[in-house]
Amino acid sequence: MGLLVSYFGNLFGKEKKQEEERHLRANDRPFNLSYQYANNSIKTSKYNVFTFLPLNLFEQFRRLANAYFLFLLLLQLIPQISSLSWFTTAVPLVMVLAMTAVKDASDDINRHKCDRQVNNRKVNVLVGGELKNEKWMNVEVGDIVKLESNHFVTADLLLLSSSEPLNLVYVETAELDGETNLKVKQALTVTGEMGDNIGTLSSFRGEVRCEPPNNRLDKFKGTLTMNGRNYGLDNDKVLLRGCTLRNTEWCFGLVLFGGPDTKLMQNSGKTVFKRTSIDHLMNVLVLCIFGFLVAMCFILAVGNAIWEVKEGSVFTVFLPREPGVNAALSSFLSFWSYVIVLNTVVPISLYVSVEIIRLGNSFYIDWDRKMYHPKSDTPAQARTTTLNEELGQIKYIFSDKTGTLTQNIMTFNKCSIHGKNYGELFDFSGQRVEITEKTERVDFSWNQLADPKFVFHDYSLVETVKEGNPEAQAFFRLLALCHTVMPEEKKEGELNYQAQSPDEGALVTAARNFGFVFRSRTPESISIMEMGMKVTYELLAVLDFNNVRKRMSVIVRSPEGKMSLYCKGADTIIYERLHPSCSKLMEVTTGHLNEYAGDGLRTLVLAYKDLEESYMEGWRQRHHEASTALEGREERLDELYEEIEKDMILLGATAVEDKLQDGVPQTIEQLAKADIKIWVLTGDKQETAENIGYSCNMLREEMKEVFIVAANTAEGVKEELQNARRKMCPAAAEDPSVIKARAGLFWLKMTETVEDEKVDDEYGLIINGHSLAFALEKDLELELLRTACMCKTVICCRVTPLQKAQVVELVKKYKQSVTLAIGDGANDVSMIKAAHIGVGISGQEGMQAVLSSDFSFAQFRYLQRLLLVHGRWSYLRMCKFLRYFFYKNFTFTFLHFWYAFFCGFSAQTVYDEWFITLYNLMYTALPILSLCLFDQDVNDRWSFQYPQLYSPGQLNMYFSKKAFVRCMMHSCYSSLILFFIPWAAMHDTVRDDGRDIADYQSFALLAQTCLLVVVSVQLCLDTYYWTTVNQFFVWGSLAAYFAVTFTMYSNGMFLIFTSAFPFIGTARNSLIQPNVWLTILLTSLLCTLPVVALRFILIQIHPTVNDKVRYKVQKEVLPAPAPRRPPARRISTRRSGYAFSHSQGYGDLVTSKWFLLKRPLKGRAMLFGQTDSTLAENKPQHYRSITEGSQSSGLGGGH
Amino acid sequence: MVKEEEDSSNRPDNTAFTQQRLPAWQPILSAGIVIPGFVLIGLAFIGIGVGLFLTSRDIQVLEMDYTGADGSSPCSVCYNLADKNCVCTMSFSIDSLIKGPVFFYYGLTNYFQNQRRYGVSRDDKQLYGDTSNFASPNSECAPYQYISNVPIVPCGSVANSMFNDTFELFKNVNGQSLPVPLDGKGIAWWTDYNVKFQNPNVTPLINAFNGTVRPPFWSKNVYELDTTDASNNGFINQDFLVWMRRAALPDFRKLYRRITDGDYSAGLPAGNYSLKIHYNYPVNGFGGKKKVVFSNVSWMGGKNEFLGIAYLVIGSLCVVMSVVMLIVYAKFKFPEDN
Repeated sequence: MGLLVSYFGNLFGKEKKQEEERHLRANDRPFNLSYQYANNSIKTSKYNVFTFLPLNLFEQFRRLANAYFLFLLLLQLIPQISSLSWFTTAVPLVMVLAMTAVKDASDDINRHKCDRQVNNRKVNVLVGGELKNEKWMNVEVGDIVKLESNHFVTADLLLLSSSEPLNLVYVETAELDGETNLKVKQALTVTGEMGDNIGTLSSFRGEVRCEPPNNRLDKFKGTLTMNGRNYGLDNDKVLLRGCTLRNTEWCFGLVLFGGPDTKLMQNSGKTVFKRTSIDHLMNVLVLCIFGFLVAMCFILAVGNAIWEVKEGSVFTVFLPREPGVNAALSSFLSFWSYVIVLNTVVPISLYVSVEIIRLGNSFYIDWDRKMYHPKSDTPAQARTTTLNEELGQIKYIFSDKTGTLTQNIMTFNKCSIHGKNYGELFDFSGQRVEITEKTERVDFSWNQLADPKFVFHDYSLVETVKEGNPEAQAFFRLLALCHTVMPEEKKEGELNYQAQSPDEGALVTAARNFGFVFRSRTPESISIMEMGMKVTYELLAVLDFNNVRKRMSVIVRSPEGKMSLYCKGADTIIYERLHPSCSKLMEVTTGHLNEYAGDGLRTLVLAYKDLEESYMEGWRQRHHEASTALEGREERLDELYEEIEKDMILLGATAVEDKLQDGVPQTIEQLAKADIKIWVLTGDKQETAENIGYSCNMLREEMKEVFIVAANTAEGVKEELQNARRKMCPAAAEDPSVIKARAGLFWLKMTETVEDEKVDDEYGLIINGHSLAFALEKDLELELLRTACMCKTVICCRVTPLQKAQVVELVKKYKQSVTLAIGDGANDVSMIKAAHIGVGISGQEGMQAVLSSDFSFAQFRYLQRLLLVHGRWSYLRMCKFLRYFFYKNFTFTFLHFWYAFFCGFSAQTVYDEWFITLYNLMYTALPILSLCLFDQDVNDRWSFQYPQLYSPGQLNMYFSKKAFVRCMMHSCYSSLILFFIPWAAMHDTVRDDGRDIADYQSFALLAQTCLLVVVSVQLCLDTYYWTTVNQFFVWGSLAAYFAVTFTMYSNGMFLIFTSAFPFIGTARNSLIQPNVWLTILLTSLLCTLPVVALRFILIQIHPTVNDKVRYKVQKEVLPAPAPRRPPARRISTRRSGYAFSHSQGYGDLVTSKWFLLKRPLKGRAMLFGQTDSTLAENKPQHYRSITEGSQSSGLGGGH
Repeated sequence: MVKEEEDSSNRPDNTAFTQQRLPAWQPILSAGIVIPGFVLIGLAFIGIGVGLFLTSRDIQVLEMDYTGADGSSPCSVCYNLADKNCVCTMSFSIDSLIKGPVFFYYGLTNYFQNQRRYGVSRDDKQLYGDTSNFASPNSECAPYQYISNVPIVPCGSVANSMFNDTFELFKNVNGQSLPVPLDGKGIAWWTDYNVKFQNPNVTPLINAFNGTVRPPFWSKNVYELDTTDASNNGFINQDFLVWMRRAALPDFRKLYRRITDGDYSAGLPAGNYSLKIHYNYPVNGFGGKKKVVFSNVSWMGGKNEFLGIAYLVIGSLCVVMSVVMLIVYAKFKFPEDN
C-alpha cells in the first residue's frame, strides 16, 4: 500500500511545483507522505517493455538523418512520385534503426539490472518501534535507518548517532567524488545521546527543515527542531548516498532525501557531449549536400518541364499523361522523385559507419599493451569513444604537474650534513657514477623498523650515523621530531606514516631508516627509537608552517631535560636566522644546495638551537597568553616565533626528489617536435614549477630568455607581457590581428582567430597565478595569448582550478585549434572538461579526473603514443573514410544525374533497385570499414621517429571543405566516365549473336558493375596498408556482388518473387559478352590512371612529410631505436624553493586533544580526511611507507 | 608464471590484431612501378585498340531511314498515316556481299522507352502467365489498365505501344523479286522466351483471355500474334519479347529478323533489293525517325568503333603520360634528404 501511494506520489510529484523547502518529521510517515517526497527507489532506465519501441523510435527519429530517411520513405509511398521501390530506403533505414535499437536496449537492460540490484539492497529500518530489514526502495523520507560498517549509505541521511566517540562516523566517498581517503562526519550531541537505544530512537520526533534537493555535494543547510529548540545542520552532519561507511560499527540516520532527490542522483546524467571538429565539419557538409541535392533536383525538375513541353507533350501517343498532370505539375513531381533517387548523396550509413570506426579505434586504445602500466595493472582506456580522430589534431596540451608530469612520490635523495655531501657515488677515479636500478642499495637490515621500500645508495652516510657522528645524529633526530606526521602501528614494528605532504613523509622515512624511528606521538610527547633505544621527548610547542613563515619548528625537552628548538625550512628564510658562527658552513652548504637545485631536487635547510630553561619558561608563558588572546592572536604568535627562531645552528640540508614519471622529458621533446605546444598549469609555486620545467626539458638552458611575469597590478602585468612580446618579436604590430569569421551550422557561430606570429628564437614564459588573474581579464587576455603563443614553453604556477579552465577556454576561443588537457587530480577536472579532449592519469590522487576524462591511462609518457600513433592513425583513417565515402556516394548519385538527360528527366534510376539498396549496405561497406580499421601510413615506430608526421592533422589537411570539393570534382569526373563510356560503348550495339544488349537492364548492369569495380579500385589506391583482411573484404565484396547479382537475376528468384526481380537473365546475357568486359576495363582504368598519374607527379613535385617517410620505409627495414641519452646535468644558479605542501599545516591538530579521543585507528582510517572541499589544495596527501597487509611482510621477508 | 598472470589481469592480449601489427603489404607509388606500368598499360591498350578497331571495321552495316519525313523518301506518302495499311517500298543495292549471318534490325530515334513512367507501365505477372493478374492488372499499367472496366491484357504502355511495322525483303534478280527468307525465331533472349514470359497454362490459349480486351493500339489479340506457330504466339511471340525488353537510350534499334536460311546463310550477296514496308507505326507525332539496318556481327558484337578508338587514344595517352612522368621524375626527383 505504501508502495502504491508513493508511486502515485511520484507520479504527481512531477507535476507539483518546485520544492522550496523540505520539511519532514522523524518517524512520522503520514506527515511526510503528505508532502509527496520521492521515496528511495531509483530509476535510471529509460524504457520498459511497452514503452521501448515507441520511445526509442521517437528518440531515433529526432536525429536529422533518420528523420530525413523517414521523410523519403513517406515520399516513396506516393505513387506519382515514387521513383524507387519502398525497400531501397526501408531496408537500410530499418537496419540502422535496428542496430541502434539493439544497442539502446542492451544498455537499458543493464540499467534495469543495476536499478533492480540497488533497489533491492537491504537495510535495517526503524518501523513501529523495532528494526526491520527492508528493501532500499521501500525506505521513505523521515525513516530512521541503521547502517553498519562497510554498508553503502542508503539515502541522504542526517546522522543521528554512532558507535564511535563524539558521534563520529568515517565514510569513504569514492563513488561520489572519487577520493579514496576517509572523511569524518559528526552528529549533533543532542541526537548522539540517543545512541542505539531503539526506544528513544523510535520516539524521536525531531523536525527537519532544509534546502530542497540539489546537486551541491559540498553544501548543506538546514535546522533540526527538537524539544522546542533549534539546531543548525551543515554538511558535516549529513551522510550522502553513494558513500560507504568505514571503521564505524553502526550509526543511525534520518532519511532526508530519497532516490532521485539524493545528491548523487541529482549529480548524474548531466554529461556534456563533446563533439569533434570533424563532426562539426560533417554537419556543415551534410547541410551543403542538402543544398546541393536541392539544386540538382531543381535543375532536373526544370529539365523535366522543358522535356515535357518539347518531347513529352508529343510523346503522349505512347505515353499518355495521367489526368490532370501538365508540364508544371510533372516537373514538380519529378523534383520530389529526384529527391528520392538522389538521396544517396546523404547516405544514412555515414553516421553509423563513423560510429563503428570510432568504436574500433577506441578498442585499439584499450587493447594497446604499450599503454598498459604493469606496475599498477592499469590499461589505457578510451572512456569516450567518439573523439578519436581529434587526437590526431591536437595543437595545445595543458598539463597539470603534480601526479601528471611527476609521480607525486618524494624520495629522500641526497643530503648535506655539516658541510659534507652524501648521496652520490663515485668510482675509483673520482668520477660521478650514474645511479640506475641496478646500483647496489644500502642494506638497512640492521634496523628492524626500517622501511623496506626506502632506497639509498651511499654507504658512507650509514657508516657516519653508526659511528655516532653527533651532527649526523642531530640531523636525523631533527627529521624524526620536527614534522606533523601521524604514525600508525597496527602490529608491532609495522609502521605506517600518514603525512600531510609527501615531502614530509619522505624525510621522516629517511630518518627512520637511518636509525631514528618516529614511533608515536601524544599531544605532549613524541616517542622515537634512537639507534634502537626508545627515547621520549616532551613536546613543548609546535611552531607551525604557513606560507609566509616558510618554515616549521618544534620545541622539545629531551629525557635529560635539555630543551631544543628544531627547525626546517626554505634556505633563504633559515639563512637569515642563523648564528653568525655558521657562516663558513653556510658557504659550503650553499654550494651543495645549488648542486641539488641544479638536479631539480626540492631542498630544505635544517637548523637547531639549544634553549635556556629560564628563557623558555618566560616564552612559554607569553606563548600561552598569545594563543588564548582574543585580539591579534596571529600577529602576537608570529612575533613570538620570530623571536625564538633566531641564532640557530646550521645542521645541513636535505634534497628530496620529486620524481618525474618515466620518460617525461622524452615525451615532451617528442610532442614538441610534433609541433604541439605544451602549457603547464600547476598549483605549485613558481620555483618548483620552474624546476620541473627544466628537469622535464620544457625550459632549456639554450633558450634565449625565460620571461617571468609576476606583477601585482593589471598595469604591471600588461607592461611585463608587452615587454616580453616586444623583445621576442619587435616587428609585430601593437594591436593583435584578429580574424573574424563565421562558421558552424548555418554560419551562425562567430569565430575570432588570432594568428600565430613567427618568432625566431626559443623563449619561455612563466606566469604566476596572481598575474594570471589580471591577464585573464577581458582587456588583457589577447595580450597574454599573443605573448604566450610566441613562447615555446608556457608555465603557469599557483593556478586555481577555475583559472586552469579559463586558460583553456582562452586558447580555444582565439586559436580555433584543438586542445587537450591532462591531469590527475580533482583540481584538473575543470580544465579536463573545458578542453576538447580531457585525459586523466589514473594515479594516486583518486579517480575524479579520470571519471570526467575522455581518455585515461597510468603514465604521462603514454600520451605520445596516444597522440602520435593512435590519434594520428584515427585521424588518417577517419579522413580517408570520409573522403572515400563521399566519393563513392557522389559518383553513385551523379550517374543518375547524367542519365536524366537521356531518359526525359523522368527520375529513372540507372541501376537495378536492389543494387541501390545493397550498394552502401553490403557491396561497399566492409572494404572501407576494414580500411578504416587497419590502415596505417607508417607503423608506430616510424611515427615516433618522425613526429613531424603529426602536423597535417593540426592543419586539417586530410579533410576540410577544400578536400570535400576535391572529392566532388573527382566524383564528377568518375561519374562522367562511368556514364558516357558505357553509353558510347553500348549505343546501337548488339550481342555477338545479334540480339539485344543496349536494353535498359543490360545497361544498368553494366553501369553498376563498372561503378563497383571503379570504387573498389579507388579503395585499393587509397589503401596504404594491405592486410589479408583488407584483401579478403575487397575481393569478397566484389565476389559477393557477382554472387548476389547472379542469384537475384536467376530463374529461381524470378519464379518465387516475380515482381521483385524483373532483371531475370540480365547477368547471364550480358556478362558473357567480351565488349562488356572491355568496357568495364576501360572505365576502371580511365577512372584510376589519372589519379595515379596525378598522385605520382604531386609526390615528385611537392612531396609531403608522409610521402618522404613512406619512401624511406621502403628503403630501410626499421628505424634504429633512438639512443636514450641521460638528461644533461644542469649547471645553474637557480635554486629550488622551500618545498613543503602548500596548505596550512596541521600543527594545531596534532597537539590538540581532539584526535586522542578517537579509538586506535583501524584499517585505512585517515585522520586528516575531515575536509569536504573538493579542492585538492586543501586535501592532505596520503603517504604510506609500508604497504598494507600481509603482502608487505611477505615482501619484506624476501629482501 | 601463474602468479604473473594473476597480477596483470588487466593486461591486454598480445595479438597482432589488438596491437595493430598485422602483417601487411605497403605498396607506394614509386617511379619504378608507375612509369613502366603506364608504358605497359599503354602498349596493351594500343594492342587491344588495334584489334577492336580492325574487327569493328570489318563489320558491314547497311542503314536506311524510311520515316518519310522529307518528301523524297518513298515512304513519305505513309508518313501521316492517312490511309491504313499503307505500304511503301524502298529499293537499295548492295555492292559486295554482306557476310552472314546477317541481322535485320528496325530502329527508332527520339523514342523514350527509358522514361520511368513508360518503363513501369507493365505487369510482369501477367506476362508470366499469371491469370489472376488478367482480371486485375497492375495499377502501374494505367491508363492502359482497363477499357471501360474490362481489363487489358497485356496491359500498360509498353505493350500497347508495340512496334507494328512489318517488312518483306526481296532480291531483284533479272527483274524478278525473289523473297529473302527472314527468320523470326531466336531473336529474343533465351531467358525471356523460356522463363520471364509464359503463356497461361490453358488450352486453347484463347480461353485464358476471356473477359479481357487487347491493348487499344493493337489490331490483333495477343493470342493471334502468330497463329501459325504456337511456340511463337501469345506472350512468347518473339517480336513481342524484343519490344518488351525496353531500350536504355532514346535512340535504339531492335532485332527484327535474322537472314540465315537457304541461299542467304553465307550472307546477303551483292545485288539489288527491295524492301516492302507495311507502314503502321506513327512517329510523326513526336518527331521520331524509323530506320532499317542490315548488319553482320563479330566476336565483339555489332559495329561500334568507339571502343577501338577509345582504347587506342587511352593507350597513346598512357604512353605520353609515362614520358611526362619520366620528365617530371628526372627533373624533380624524389628528394632523398629529409
